[in-house]
Amino acid sequence: MATDSSMVDPLAEGEPAPPVAAPGDRRRLSKWRLYSRRFARNRPAVAGVVIFVLLVAFALLGPLFARYDHVELDFLALSDPPSPEHWFGTNNAGNDLYAMVVVGLQRSLLIAVVVATGTTILSAVIGTAAAYFGGRVERVSLFVIHFLMVAPTFLLLAMMSNDSGGDWRVIALVLILVSWFFQARTIWTLSLSLREREFVHAARYMGVPGMRIVLRHLIPNIGSLLVINFTLGVVGAVMAETGLSFLGFGVKLPDVSLGSLIGIGSSSISSAPWMFYFPAAALTLLTVSMALVADGLRDALDPTSAAGGRA
Amino acid sequence: MTTPVLSVRDLTVSFPSEAGRVDAVRGVSFDVGQGRTLGIVGESGSGKSVTSLAVMGLLDDNARVGGSVMFEGQELLGRTDAQMSKIRGNGISMIFQDPLTSLTPVFSVGDQIVEALTIHDARLSRRAAWDRAVELLRLVGIPRPQERVKSFPHEFSGGMRQRVVIAIAMANNPRLIIADEPTTALDVTIQAQILDLIKTAQRETGAAVMMITHDMGVVANIADDVIVMYAGRPIEQAPVDTLFADTRMPYSIGLLGAIPRVDKSEKRPLVPIKGSPPLLVDLPDACPFAARCPIVTDACLTAEPELVAVGGHADHRAACVRAEEIRAGRLGDDPVYPVPEVPASTLETVPRELRKPTLEVENLTKTFPLLKGSFRKKKVGEVHAVKGVSFDIREGETMAIVGESGSGKTTTLLQIMDFAAQDDGDIRIVGTSVADLQGGRAERELRRDVQIVFQDPVGSLDPRMTVFDVVAEPLRTVGMPAADVGPRVDELMDLVGLDPAHSDRFPAAFSGGQRQRIGIARALATNPKLVVLDEPVSALDVSVQAGVINLLDELKVRLGLSYLFVAHDLSVVRHIADRVAVMYLGSFVEHGDVDAVFDDPQHPYTEALLSAIPVPDPVVERGREHIVLTGDLPSPTDTITGCAFVSRCPLFQTLDENERVACETKVPALSGRTGVHVNACHHR
Ligand SMILES: Nc1ncnc2c1ncn2[C@@H]1O[C@H](COP(=O)(O)OP(=O)(O)OP(=O)(O)O)[C@@H](O)[C@H]1O
Ligand code: SF4
Ligand code: SF4
Ligand SMILES: [Mg+2]
Repeated sequence: MATDSSMVDPLAEGEPAPPVAAPGDRRRLSKWRLYSRRFARNRPAVAGVVIFVLLVAFALLGPLFARYDHVELDFLALSDPPSPEHWFGTNNAGNDLYAMVVVGLQRSLLIAVVVATGTTILSAVIGTAAAYFGGRVERVSLFVIHFLMVAPTFLLLAMMSNDSGGDWRVIALVLILVSWFFQARTIWTLSLSLREREFVHAARYMGVPGMRIVLRHLIPNIGSLLVINFTLGVVGAVMAETGLSFLGFGVKLPDVSLGSLIGIGSSSISSAPWMFYFPAAALTLLTVSMALVADGLRDALDPTSAAGGRA
Repeated sequence: MTTPVLSVRDLTVSFPSEAGRVDAVRGVSFDVGQGRTLGIVGESGSGKSVTSLAVMGLLDDNARVGGSVMFEGQELLGRTDAQMSKIRGNGISMIFQDPLTSLTPVFSVGDQIVEALTIHDARLSRRAAWDRAVELLRLVGIPRPQERVKSFPHEFSGGMRQRVVIAIAMANNPRLIIADEPTTALDVTIQAQILDLIKTAQRETGAAVMMITHDMGVVANIADDVIVMYAGRPIEQAPVDTLFADTRMPYSIGLLGAIPRVDKSEKRPLVPIKGSPPLLVDLPDACPFAARCPIVTDACLTAEPELVAVGGHADHRAACVRAEEIRAGRLGDDPVYPVPEVPASTLETVPRELRKPTLEVENLTKTFPLLKGSFRKKKVGEVHAVKGVSFDIREGETMAIVGESGSGKTTTLLQIMDFAAQDDGDIRIVGTSVADLQGGRAERELRRDVQIVFQDPVGSLDPRMTVFDVVAEPLRTVGMPAADVGPRVDELMDLVGLDPAHSDRFPAAFSGGQRQRIGIARALATNPKLVVLDEPVSALDVSVQAGVINLLDELKVRLGLSYLFVAHDLSVVRHIADRVAVMYLGSFVEHGDVDAVFDDPQHPYTEALLSAIPVPDPVVERGREHIVLTGDLPSPTDTITGCAFVSRCPLFQTLDENERVACETKVPALSGRTGVHVNACHHR
């Protein structure tokens, strides 16, 4: 995965242009323009962005076009296949599947973003702080991380979320608690070398307090890793939430998520296949698009990647 | 005339990049004859390495190469990789800067030499190849070669690895040796050994040598002919004596004026070349040096000057429209570069004893535990990194610590910066003992008075912070009101010669020298009394070094600062320091006023160190006697009962039995004229 070199800003070590324009000087590319140019060169990643944006638009704007509310029952159409009336069909109780997919997507996205944000922040702070402070802080953090890595967290997760009664906020919290430590460990390893960088020493010798150094110097310098982690975190959270809901430990009716919809749909896949296919398609598009974006980001931010050197 | 071994004509190399096509080499032509040495000098990025890589056919696939490279009459450009490696194995050897990367870690050094030997001569029997390998190791000065031939590269020190690389280079009986900065990563005493060795290798094999370096002293020491490169082109080309005696091109003149010399005591300011080299993208058709040249005229901007013969000598060529006007670095009666003025300090008239001490160090000691085992670390010994070092620094004074890598210089600095309490000694900063510090507040208070500037101008600035935030950080840390921070940052930027308007940029937008100035501005932010500098110029190009050194000189006078300066470059030390301490294996072996130490070195180690530095003057350099030390720095884990230098001491070799006893059994203490010049040798 990410090595130390992937954190190097490709322009920071490269040929610096003196600010005073000498003849023959050209304005250097800004870092962000360079990144976006490299990202834009990656077709699949751009496709990923497009799909993702469309999905988000669908989740946000979809309700505007819905003819039914997702809890509303249409007794005239039970287990109907897709039709002009019910675009995605209905389930055996008469719920409009289009409305349910829109709401489910909203819920899944919300959980994913909250979980990815929480995981990224938690892992960044704990990973860098453990590396910077060393000593007891490091030992305790690593103990917790290693313990969680071997503990049967999925069981824990299932039990805890089962007690929650299907409240998505509890599920998000539980998902954060069981997923931060993998990233925290990677960040810890990376930060060990960052800790020895001279600018960190410089700050320490200026008397800057430790936590300030962590927040001002360490975390910003693993920024690109965090961006990638966040994107991958979204994929992971969507999958985890889907898995839980599919098994019945996650979001419970009347609330729906893509996972719970797939769970219900899969039981009637032979009689009413549309009930499975529509939420499953939304889920696939979501995870695949984010995975493509994560891939593209990694290539764009990592100066050593193959795509980087190409002009 | 015989045909040259290597003949390069109009070599061009370009690379595609995000910003456009980089023209890294733009027309290089030269010949190297048998037994001759060609030195190629220039600043970082001038295209020296790319030239050598192009000759060897080792460039990346994306490089576009033009021109011609003839090796013994055959064209090398356009060959396939397989053909090239055959040619290389059979007559071209290379020595790179970092010996570790040119050796394969998983094979013993013997295997690697034998491999080179058998590529060259497939009929050689295995036995004979091993015997030859041992012989080569002996030739390059590896002690006990029969045993060491089975060792792996990581078991050798940097200098020994470079010697192994040279042994490999000699193995295939080369007609051409290409050395790219072979001594840059090494200490001066080792550098002297390696340069001697390359000369030996050349004598043994009769090879032509292409020596790439940024060090004018190395050129003066080893080269017969010199090419000075700038922005991908040779801008002056001449036999070494002519080049140094009758420099014609302003850039070469600047390069020579910018280096301090270890054999001259006069403290005149160095002459920096302003600005930095142009980017090699879309260069205009003008002299590439015009933006930095002090004598630029309109004619310089109309076309890029050709490299033409000057002064009526066919072999002295320069690319400058005013080359004929310039004689030996002067234009008419004036020097090409106006000499900058550095104010004299008022403190200098006050005798040293009457000035207040800013730093007093007494018996500073640091031991690191030596741990072994991957699971449960057990302490198996101790590394004595610093052993009982004492010194003081007065107001307005610069004290320098010099020594080879591993001698404990940086550890000494970091102990001071860490405010490390000493068991049996003390560190006092402006009168406050670090042992008395209670709590973070008092510590932060004291940190105002002592600040540090690091070696690496890239690494010491947080790349994600704007320069403003970088310089403001110490101010905010000491709790300066937000309204005062802005004006103070502007003032500091101005002080170090940067435009305050540029402070909203990120460090990456600045060149190395400018970044080091930012580092200095940050260190001065809190108005410290003492600034600790850890090799502040060694990562910079010589022309830029001069500007930073002058700045440090000037700031010292204007702000009444004291410096504690660590460096391995004795020329820089001689220029900047008032007092100097020579460190060897954690102890001072000589300490005193800088002129006393440099003009009259007492300790055999100091003598060797001073004589090892090549002087940028081929005539002087040829007449100098180099004391070449044998061997490397012993490991600091060894317990040494007598003088730490005994294993390498040239004086020891000349002593009789009785005198040797003292060296081997008694640790010598510093003695001599206390406070003026002391040394730690029983026999001096
Ligand atoms: N593989 C590459 N791709 C793109 N640009 C390159 C490549 N190799 C070198 N360059 C560029 O070519 C120019 C000359 O580089 P070169 O390594 O020859 O400099 P140098 O004189 O050896 O410097 P130094 O003293 O730092 O070793 C630089 O601008 C460098 O960035
Ligand atoms: S050509 Fe002009 S600008 Fe270039 S070095 Fe000569 S005098 Fe200076
Ligand atoms: S004490 Fe002996 S070994 Fe040490 S430097 Fe003096 S002569 Fe050499
Ligand atoms: Mg180079």
